[in-house]
Amino acid sequence: AAGMFLRLLSDVRWRAANPTWRGVTCCRRSSSSTAEPHPAALPAQAQVVICGGGIMGTSVAYHLSKMGWKDIVLLEQGRLAAGTTRFCAGIVSTARQVSLELKMADYSNKLYRQLEQETGVNTGYVKTGSISLAQTQDRLISLKRIASSLKVMGIPCEIITPKQVAQLHPLINIHDLVGAMYVPEDALVSSANVSLALATAASRNGVQIHERTSISHVSVQKGRVTGVETDRGQIRCQYFVNCAGQWAYELGHSGEEPVNIPLHACEHFYLLTHPLKEPLPSNLPTVVDPDGRIYIRNWQGGILSGGFEKNPKPLFTEGRNQLEIQNLQEDWDHFEPLLSALLRRMPDLEALQIMHLVNCPESFTPDMRCIMGESPTVRGYFVLAGMNSAGISYGGGAGKYLAEWMVNGYPSENVWPLDLKRFGTLQSSRTFLRHRVMEVMPLMCDLKVPRWDFQTGRQLRTSPLYDRLDAQGARWMEKHGFERVKYFVPPGKDLLDLDQSKTFYKPDWFDIVGSEVKCCKEAVCVIDMSSFTKFEISSTGDQALASLQYLFSNDLDVPVGHVVHTGMLNEKGGYENDCSIARLSKRSFFMISPTDQQVHCWAWLKDRLPDDSSLTMEDVTWKYTALNLIGPRAVDVLSELSYAPMTAEHFPSLFCKEMSVGYANGIRVMSITHTGEPGFVLYIPIEYALHVYNEVMNMGQKYGIRNAGYYALRSLRIEKFFAFWGQDLDAFTTPMECGREFQVKLEKGMQFVGQEALLEQKQNGVYKRFTMFILEDHDTDTDLWPWWGEPIFRNGRYVGKTTSSAYSYTLERHVCLGFVHHFDEKTGEELVVTTDFINQGEYEIDIAGQRFQAKAKLYPFSSLFTQRRRKEEVELSGYQRE
Amino acid sequence: AIPVRGSRLPLLSDAMPAPAHLFPLIRNCEISRICSTVCYCHHKHVCCLSSHFAHSHFRYAPQKRFATLYRPKEDFNHFIHARDYASTPQRFYLTPPQVNSILKANEYSFKVPEFDGKNVSSVLGFDSNQLPANAPIEDRRSAATCLQTRGMLLGVFDGHAGCACAQAVSERLFYYIAVSLLPHETLLEIENAVESGRALLPILQWHKHPNDYFSKEASKLYFNSLRTYWQELIDLNSGETTDVKEALINAFKRLDNDISLEAQVGDPNSFLNYLVLRVAFSGATACVAHVDGVDLHIANTGDSRAMLGVQEEDGSWSAVNLSYDHNAQNEQEVERVKREHPKSEEKTLVKQDRLLGLLMPFRAFGDVKFKWSIELQKRVIESGPDQLNENEYTKFIPPNYHTPPYLTAEPEVIYHKLRPQDKFLVLATDGLWETMHRQDVARIVGEYLTGVHHQQPIAVGGYKVTLGQMHGLLTERRARISSVFEDQNAATHLIRHAVGNNEFGAVDHERLSKMLSLPEELARMYRDDMTIIVVQFNSHVIGAYQSEEL
Repeated sequence: AAGMFLRLLSDVRWRAANPTWRGVTCCRRSSSSTAEPHPAALPAQAQVVICGGGIMGTSVAYHLSKMGWKDIVLLEQGRLAAGTTRFCAGIVSTARQVSLELKMADYSNKLYRQLEQETGVNTGYVKTGSISLAQTQDRLISLKRIASSLKVMGIPCEIITPKQVAQLHPLINIHDLVGAMYVPEDALVSSANVSLALATAASRNGVQIHERTSISHVSVQKGRVTGVETDRGQIRCQYFVNCAGQWAYELGHSGEEPVNIPLHACEHFYLLTHPLKEPLPSNLPTVVDPDGRIYIRNWQGGILSGGFEKNPKPLFTEGRNQLEIQNLQEDWDHFEPLLSALLRRMPDLEALQIMHLVNCPESFTPDMRCIMGESPTVRGYFVLAGMNSAGISYGGGAGKYLAEWMVNGYPSENVWPLDLKRFGTLQSSRTFLRHRVMEVMPLMCDLKVPRWDFQTGRQLRTSPLYDRLDAQGARWMEKHGFERVKYFVPPGKDLLDLDQSKTFYKPDWFDIVGSEVKCCKEAVCVIDMSSFTKFEISSTGDQALASLQYLFSNDLDVPVGHVVHTGMLNEKGGYENDCSIARLSKRSFFMISPTDQQVHCWAWLKDRLPDDSSLTMEDVTWKYTALNLIGPRAVDVLSELSYAPMTAEHFPSLFCKEMSVGYANGIRVMSITHTGEPGFVLYIPIEYALHVYNEVMNMGQKYGIRNAGYYALRSLRIEKFFAFWGQDLDAFTTPMECGREFQVKLEKGMQFVGQEALLEQKQNGVYKRFTMFILEDHDTDTDLWPWWGEPIFRNGRYVGKTTSSAYSYTLERHVCLGFVHHFDEKTGEELVVTTDFINQGEYEIDIAGQRFQAKAKLYPFSSLFTQRRRKEEVELSGYQRE
Repeated sequence: AIPVRGSRLPLLSDAMPAPAHLFPLIRNCEISRICSTVCYCHHKHVCCLSSHFAHSHFRYAPQKRFATLYRPKEDFNHFIHARDYASTPQRFYLTPPQVNSILKANEYSFKVPEFDGKNVSSVLGFDSNQLPANAPIEDRRSAATCLQTRGMLLGVFDGHAGCACAQAVSERLFYYIAVSLLPHETLLEIENAVESGRALLPILQWHKHPNDYFSKEASKLYFNSLRTYWQELIDLNSGETTDVKEALINAFKRLDNDISLEAQVGDPNSFLNYLVLRVAFSGATACVAHVDGVDLHIANTGDSRAMLGVQEEDGSWSAVNLSYDHNAQNEQEVERVKREHPKSEEKTLVKQDRLLGLLMPFRAFGDVKFKWSIELQKRVIESGPDQLNENEYTKFIPPNYHTPPYLTAEPEVIYHKLRPQDKFLVLATDGLWETMHRQDVARIVGEYLTGVHHQQPIAVGGYKVTLGQMHGLLTERRARISSVFEDQNAATHLIRHAVGNNEFGAVDHERLSKMLSLPEELARMYRDDMTIIVVQFNSHVIGAYQSEEL
C-alpha cells in the first residue's frame, strides 16, 4: 500500500480500490519520493473556485456539481485529503446537541452509506453504531435530551443500561456507569477515501481539480470576488469558497479586503494500536466516554482512541509557519490523562501494543459551531470551515447547505446558528481566539447545562455602567462579545454557591430572579440593555423612508416620534431581523435590533439600500447606553427626573421623544420595554450614562427601584408570548406564523420585500404556528426544567420543537414557546395549521424523555394578574382538610 | 544565619537572662547534651552515619567556648533518608495541606500594575517567601518602588547574632539608597517640606507582607539620621547626575556608619538606647537589586546571593551569578582582608574559614565588635544598660584583635544590562544556596514560571510498548511535574524543592514533612533561615528597549 493520494484523477479509482489506514504511517515517505508529473494548466476563468481539497472542499464541489453548476475549479495546496481530513478519526456520529448539526450529520451518514455504490470508490463505510456513556446522572440527562431529538428525527436511538452496554461491547468496564445512549446507525468511514470519492464524483460532473496549487490571495473589486491569485497563475471567478480548514483564517486575511473567519487550530491526539490477540470485529460499536473525555473505535482489529483534554495546545497562533502538519510531535505526557481514561474504561487493553500516537491539528471556533456562509463584506466569498473536530460527521450536510446557499441564495434550512455573520470583527483577535479555543476544546466533552456561558474572552465590550453594576452584585453573561447582566446577587447571599448552580433542575438564582420580576411588576426595575444593535438611517430627501418602506414589512410612514415594531423580511416572508424603528424626523430613523444582528443586519441593508450618497446609515451601537425602566412606577421616576408629564395621555406607548433627564439633555426616551410591561427605554449618549443611571437610582429609591438582569427580562417576555429573533424567530419564520400579522402592513401602498409570500400565506394558511405552552403537571422544584429544543407532542404525535422557555413567576408555571406543525399521519406531508388544529389538541412536552402535559395558547394572557392562581391558598386548604 | 560561632539554640535560652535572646551561649555541657540527643537517634537507627556526624561538626565544640555552627549540608540527606527515622521517638507526619500552610505562611506576591492593559515596566512582578529555622527568624526582606526616581528596589538581609541589625537594615537601607539617587531639586523640596512642616513627598512605595514590620519606636531616630544624610547631600551638591553604583555604595556605607554612631551616642530613652545597641552589636548581610528599565544593579555585602535565570534558545535554563560571596571561599575577598591588615596578622585573620575564626561573612552591617576599637567597645558596654553588661558575648573581644576595623559594609556592585533572554532574578540568603546549586535553582524557577517541565519527550519509535507500560511511565513522569502546580508563588516553589528534594531532584513529600516538623530546637541544625525573592522580568519591554537602541 503505497500512497493513497492521487496525482491524476484517473488514479483515484485505482488507488482508492485498495486504500488502507496503514497509509497514514507510510505515506510520508512515499509522497516525497514520488516523481512530480506535469500538472495540467489552470483555466483562466471559472464560475467557482474552491480552496481546499479536504472533506469540506470536495463536499462543496460534489454538491455544487450535482445541483448543476459545472464550471468549478478546486485547488489544493498539497494533495487531496492530505490535511486534517487524512488524520481524521473517521467517526460519523449523529449524537449532536444542536438540531441543525444533527440534521447535517444525519444527511452525511446517508450520503456516505451510498457513496461507494455511486462512485465505485471504497469509502470504508461500516455501520457500527455508537455508544455514549454516562458516568453521572447529569450526563445521562444530557444524553436523554439528545435521544429525544434523535427519535423525533426518525433516527433510531435508545437509552440503555450498563448491562446492555456490556452486551454490546465486551471490553467496556461498566462499574462506574449509570447508563448510556446507543445509536445503532452511526458509522465509521475512511475519511480520506470519502473525500476522494466525493472528488471523483465531482470530477465526473466536470469539476476541475488541481493539486499542489496554493492561493496567495483573493482579488476583490467593489466588494465582489473577481478572482484568485495562485502560485501557478490567476483565475478569474465569480464565487470563491474558502474551505482551507485551519488555514482559513489566514487566507481570509491575505487579501486587501480581509474576510474574518474566526477559528484557531489546536493539537489533537489519538492513539493507534496493533491488533488484539483476538482482533476486534470491524462492526464493534464506537464508544464515546465524555466524562472520561475520550472516544474509542476499532481500527484494523486494534483500537483508535483519542479525546479532548482539559488543557489543549493551541497552535499556529502566529500564523502559518515552517512547521508542517507532518512534523508535529507525539506528546505522550500530554496524552497521559486520556490514556488513563482509556485504560479505566477498558482495563483489558493494558497488554495491547502501541503503534502510533497521531498528532493532528483540528480547528475550533469561538462558539463550538462550524462556520458557513457568505462574507458580510465581500460578495461571492463563501466560507465553510471550523468543524470543531466533527468534519466527517458534518461534511456531507454542510457541503449541501453551502451549495444550496450559493445556487439558490439560501439553504433549505435555517443555518443562522452556523452563519459566518454571527461573528463580528471583535472575534478576529488572535489572542481572543487562542484563549477561547482553549476553552472550547475541553467543552466538547464537558456537560452543558442550561444557560452555561463561556468564561474566556470576556469583558470585551461593556457598558459604561459595568463597574457600577458589577459592584452591586451583577452576574454576567456574554452576547456577541457584550457583557450583559443575568441577575443581581443581593448582598449577603453566598456567592460561591450561586456560581456553581449548574443544574438541569431548578437553579439557585430562582428566588433572586423571582424578586426582580416581582419588582418589575409592582414597582420599577432598571436593566442595562446597551448591547442591542442600534443603527441610524437618514437622508436628505425621502430616500430613507422609501427604502425602509420597501425593506420592512410594517408601515414606517408614521408621524415623527412614533416607534414601529417591524420585521425585516426576506423574499419568502421570513424574518431576517426583527426590530423596533423610531422615526426621529421626517428623514431619519433610529433602528434597534438584537445584539447579534450587528453584522448580519448591516450587511443585509448595505446590500439592498440604494447606492446613493444622500442616504446614510450609521452603526451607533457604541454611542448609546440603553437603560430599560420596567414597571408601573417607571412613569413616576421619569417624570420627576425630567419635570415632564409622562402619563399615557402625554407619552403614549410606542412613542419616542428626546428630552432631558437630570442634568443630561438629548436622552432618547421610548415607551417600549421589550417585555410587554409598562415602562421606558432611555437611549443615553454614553458620556451621560453614569449621571443618568445615578439620577434614576436616586430618584427611584422612594419607588422601590432596583437593578434587574436579563433572566428577569426573559421570564417577563416569555410569559407575555414575546418572540425574540435568533431564538424563536428566524429566516424561515414569517409574521403570519407567529401571530404577528398586526406588525405587517400588507396594504401600505407600496411593495415590500416578502409581501407576495405573506399574501399567499394569508390566503392559503400557514404550515407552522408559534404557540405558547403552559406546563401543567410539572413540579418546578423537583422536575427537570425545559430549556429549548424539546419535542412537542400533540395527541401523542410529534408536531414540533420548543424554541425558548422560562418560568413565569406570575403564572407560577413553566412557559415554553415553540412551533406546531401538522404532519399528515400517513405521508408525513406538511399540512396547513389552523387555529382549530392548535386548540383541539392534547399537548405534551418531552424533557429528556419525560413528557409533561401542556396547555397550548395562541394569544398571550390579556392580564396576568387576573389569571394568577392562588396556589398557596389551595395547598393550604388542602392540608387543613387532612 | 548564625555565622558567628555562637550558635543559638532556643532550647537553652530558658536558663539564660533576657539578653540570651540576642547573644545566647552554648556551654560545653549543653552542647554535649544536644550531641547526645542527636547522636542517640543516629546510633540507634543510622549507625553508619553517627561518627561522621559528630566529628565533622562538633569537633571544635569541646575545645572552644563558642560552639561551631552545625552546617548540615551533606549529612542530613542521609539522616532524613534513613527509613528507620520514622520509628525514632520524635515522629511527625504532616499532611500535604499542613505542609502547604507552613510553606505558604510568609509568601508574598506583587504584580506591577498595568496601565491601558500594558505593563511598561521591565519588571512583571515578584514573588517572595521566607522559611524560618531560627525562632524568631533572623532573615529579613524588603521590596519597594522608588517614587521620585524610576526603578524598583529588592533586597534580602541575613541577620546573625539576633535579628535586630537585619530588621534595621531592612527598614532603613532603601531610604538611604533612594535619597542617594534623588536629584538635588527633589532633595531641596523634601528638606523645605520638613522645614515648614508640610507633607513630605513619598519616596518609596513598600511592597510588604503583613509579617514584615517596621519599628514604630525608632522611626523618629531613623528619620533624623536620614535627614542629616540628605542635608549633607544638599550641601555637597555636586551638580552631577547620580550614578546608581555610587549611590548604592554611599547608601550602604552611610547606613552602617549611622548604625555605629547611634550606638556610640546612645539615646535618653532606655528602650531606644538598648535597641540601637542591639542593632550595632548584631550583624546582617545584604543583597540588594535596583532595577530600572534594562539597567540592573546588584549591591551585595556578605554571603547572600543574586542569580539571573537565563533561558537559552533551546528553551533550557542557565544561571548567571550577579554577586560574589564575601566569605572565605572567595579568594579575592580573603586577599582583600589580608591586604588591609599588617602581615603579622596574616595567620589569625582567617581561621577555620571564618573572619578572626568567628564570623563567616567577610562583610556585614553592624557587628561593631569587629569594627570598633577595644577601648570604644569597652566604654560603650560599660556605660550601656545592664543587660548588655551582663552578656558574655558582647563583652567578649575577638581574639587577635589588633587593627580594627576588620569588617566593612561596603557593597560590591555589579551592573548587568538586561536582555530578553534574562527571565528572572533570584535573590536569596545562604539558606537556599547551601542546599541547592544555582543551576538547579534556575531550572526549577524557570520551569515553574513557564509552566513547562523540561523532560525529554517520549517517543515510541519502533519499540514494543504496551498501553499499560506507557501508562506506568507517564504516571511517574506526571508525579514529578505535579509539584510545579501546587504553588502560586515561585519562591514558595523553590523552598519546597530546597527542603524537600530527594536524590532524583523531585519533591519527596515524606522528606518535606519531616523537615518541616522538626522541633524548633532541632530545625536550625538541619536547615538555615531561608529568604527568597524571585523577580520576573518583562521580556517584551526589555526587547522593546533593545530594539529602540538599534
